[in-house]
Amino acid sequence: MNIAQQYIDIFHENLALINSHSAPVLNGVREEALRRFEATGLPKKGEEAFLHTDIESFYAPDYGLNLSRIQPTENPHAIFQCAVPGLDNNRVSVCSGDIFLRTPLHDLPEGVIAGSLCEAATAYPELVGRYYGKLAQGSSDGTVTLNTAFVQDGFFLYVPHNIRLEEPLQLVNLVHGPHETLSNRRLLIILEEGAEVRLLSCDHTIDKCKFLFSTVGEIFVGERATFDYYDLEESTLDTHRVASTFVRQESGSNVLVNGITLHNGRTRNNYYITLAGTDAEIQLYGMAIADKRQQVDNYTNIDHQAPRGSSNELFKYVLEDSATGVFNGRILVQPEAQKTAALQTNRNLCSSQEAHIYTQPQLEIYADDVKCNHGATVGQLDSNALFYLRSRGIPEAEARTLLKLAFTHDVIEKIRIDKLKERLHKLVERRFRGTLDKCAGCRICQ
Amino acid sequence: MLTIKNLHANIQGKEILKGINLTVKPGEVHAIMGPNGSGKSTLSMVLTGNPAYEVTTGTIEFYGKDLLALSPEERAHEGIFLSFQYPVEIPGVSMVNFMRAALNAKRKYWGEEPLSATDFLKMMREKRALVEMDNKLVNRSVNEGFSGGEKKRNEIFQMAMLQPRLSILDETDSGLDIDALRIVSKGVNHLKSDQNATIVITHYQRLLDYIAPDFVHVLYNGRIVKSGGPELALELEEKGYDWIKKEVEA
Repeated sequence: MNIAQQYIDIFHENLALINSHSAPVLNGVREEALRRFEATGLPKKGEEAFLHTDIESFYAPDYGLNLSRIQPTENPHAIFQCAVPGLDNNRVSVCSGDIFLRTPLHDLPEGVIAGSLCEAATAYPELVGRYYGKLAQGSSDGTVTLNTAFVQDGFFLYVPHNIRLEEPLQLVNLVHGPHETLSNRRLLIILEEGAEVRLLSCDHTIDKCKFLFSTVGEIFVGERATFDYYDLEESTLDTHRVASTFVRQESGSNVLVNGITLHNGRTRNNYYITLAGTDAEIQLYGMAIADKRQQVDNYTNIDHQAPRGSSNELFKYVLEDSATGVFNGRILVQPEAQKTAALQTNRNLCSSQEAHIYTQPQLEIYADDVKCNHGATVGQLDSNALFYLRSRGIPEAEARTLLKLAFTHDVIEKIRIDKLKERLHKLVERRFRGTLDKCAGCRICQ
Repeated sequence: MLTIKNLHANIQGKEILKGINLTVKPGEVHAIMGPNGSGKSTLSMVLTGNPAYEVTTGTIEFYGKDLLALSPEERAHEGIFLSFQYPVEIPGVSMVNFMRAALNAKRKYWGEEPLSATDFLKMMREKRALVEMDNKLVNRSVNEGFSGGEKKRNEIFQMAMLQPRLSILDETDSGLDIDALRIVSKGVNHLKSDQNATIVITHYQRLLDYIAPDFVHVLYNGRIVKSGGPELALELEEKGYDWIKKEVEA
C-alpha cells in the first residue's frame, strides 16, 4: 500500500476529530495542506534533497495517532527528568510533542506569552493567525504539509518589543507511550523588534517503542532581536525524527541555532534560514554522534536576501560502527545580497570501515561583492596526537575518547548559555564513554 | 636499566636502524649525536613504541622486561618518557585533563589510588614553577598556540609530573633561545637523580654545556659508530661529522 495514502485516509476519516481537539487557526489551513500533501506525497529517496535518507520508510510503520488528545495516565516527567543544573526556572514540560503537562513559567515579563500553541491560538487568534503557517506554507516537503494537516498543538512563544528574557527557556519533550506512535508538534516563536530570548528544546524517548516524531518550527525574529535555539535530541534506536525549522530574520537580528544529536535512531533535520533584512547574522551549528546503525541527516538552507548579512555554519559528525551521516549545506546569495559574508564548515570523523558520511556543500551566488567560503573534511583521529597521548601513559581507548571530545569541543563552545555548555560537555563525554543514559539523576538513570 | 641489542627497525618498509647496541644504567646521562637522517629520532620512537615503526630484529630490555612486548602506555607506566622533538598540538584537550588522565593511569597501573583534586593541583603548581611555566598555559589546550619554547618547556613540565625512570630528550634544544634553553636544562638537571637516567638526542654541543653527559655516542646510518666520554662531543663540535663518516666508510 502507498505509504502516503494511509495518512490521507486517516485524515479524511478523522478530520472532525482532529479539528475538535485543536483551534480554528490551526484548523483553517489543514485541508489546503493535505491537498498539497496529496499532490507530492512523501519525499522519495533519491530526490535531490533526499539522496541518502529514505523518509518514506520513517512513515511506513502502522503508527497510532493520539488525535483525541488523551493525556497519559502517569506523568512521564515524574519518571524522567531532564534537568540542566541552574536552568530549571523556565521549564515547559511536554509529553509526546504536544500535550502540556505543566507550564510552571513564572516571573515572565509582561506581555510575554509562552505555552500551548492551541491555547494561545484560542486566546489570541489574531496574533497567532498572523504568523502561523506563514513560513512553512512555501514548503513542498511532504513531511511539512503532513505535519500541518495533522498537528493539533505545540509550543507558542511571543516576546514583545525590546523585552529580554534573562533566563533561558527550556522545552522538555518526552516521547512516551505504550504503542507505536506518530506525534506531530509545532513550534511558533515570535520575537518582536529588539527582543531577546534563548530556548533549549530537547527531545527524549523514554520507552522502547517505535516512535515517529515530526516537528515543524516557525521562528520570526524581528529587527535587532536576538534568538538562541538549542535543539537537542537524545532518543532511542527505534525513534525516527523529522524536524523542519524555518527562521525568518529581519534587519540587524542575530540568531544562533545549534542542533545536537546525542543519541538517536534515524533523524532528518531541515534548517531553512532566511536573512530577509539587512545586516542580519545567523550562526548555524550542529553536531551528531552516531554509532550502531544510527542515521543523522542535516539539511541546511541559508537564503541571503538582503545586503550585509552574515552566516557562519559549522557541523561536525562523529560516526562509528555502521552509522551514516549526511550533511547538505545550501547557501543562496540573492542578487540584492551584496557584501554578504558566508562561511560553511563540515568536519567528520569516520572511525570505522562501515561508517558513511555524505557531505555536500551547495553554494549559489548571484551577487558579485560577497565573501563566501566552504570546506568539508572527512578523516580519522590524528595518529600523531593519539601516540602523543599514549606515550604519556593514557590508554588507547581513553586517548581516543579524549580526541573525540576534543573534536566536538568547539561546537559545544558555541553555546551562549554557560550552564548548558557545561552540561553538554559532560553529556557528550558520557556518550563517548558509552554511559549516556538520559540526562539527569532521575529514576531511569539511577 | 636499559639494554638494547642488535636493534633493527623500519618505517614504511625502509630500514632506518641497522643494529643498535646500547646499555644505560641508573644515574647516567647518555648523549646521542649524529647527522640528519642517521636514525636518532627513529630510536626514540622505537623506544616509546610508536606503532608507525616496525622492529624487525633485536631486543630491548627495561628493568628485565621485554619492552617491545609493551604498548606505548605500558612503557610510559614503566617509566619511559619522551620529550618530543615536535610536541603535538591537541586543541580541545585541556592540559589539566591530559595530565590528570596520564598520572592516574600510571597510578592505577601500579595499584595506587587516583590523586585527590587538591594534591593533583598542588603538584601541577609545583612542577609548573620548575619550568617557569605560566598558569595561563596550563589552562589552555595541550600545546595549542604555544610558542616553540613554550612547547619544549611543556614537555619538561610533563616529565616532572610523570617522574620517569628513563627520559629521552629528542632535540629538546631545537628552536630554543638561550633563556628557554637555560630554563629547560635547569628543569632536566633538577629532575636528575641516581635512580633515573637520561638519553639526550642532539645535533649540537650547546645543550651538553647545560646537561653534562657521561657518555657520548655517534649514530650514523642506523648504527652507533663511535662512543666516548664528554670530550667526544667537543671534538664533533670542532670537526663536524665528516671525519667519522670517513672512518666508518674506510
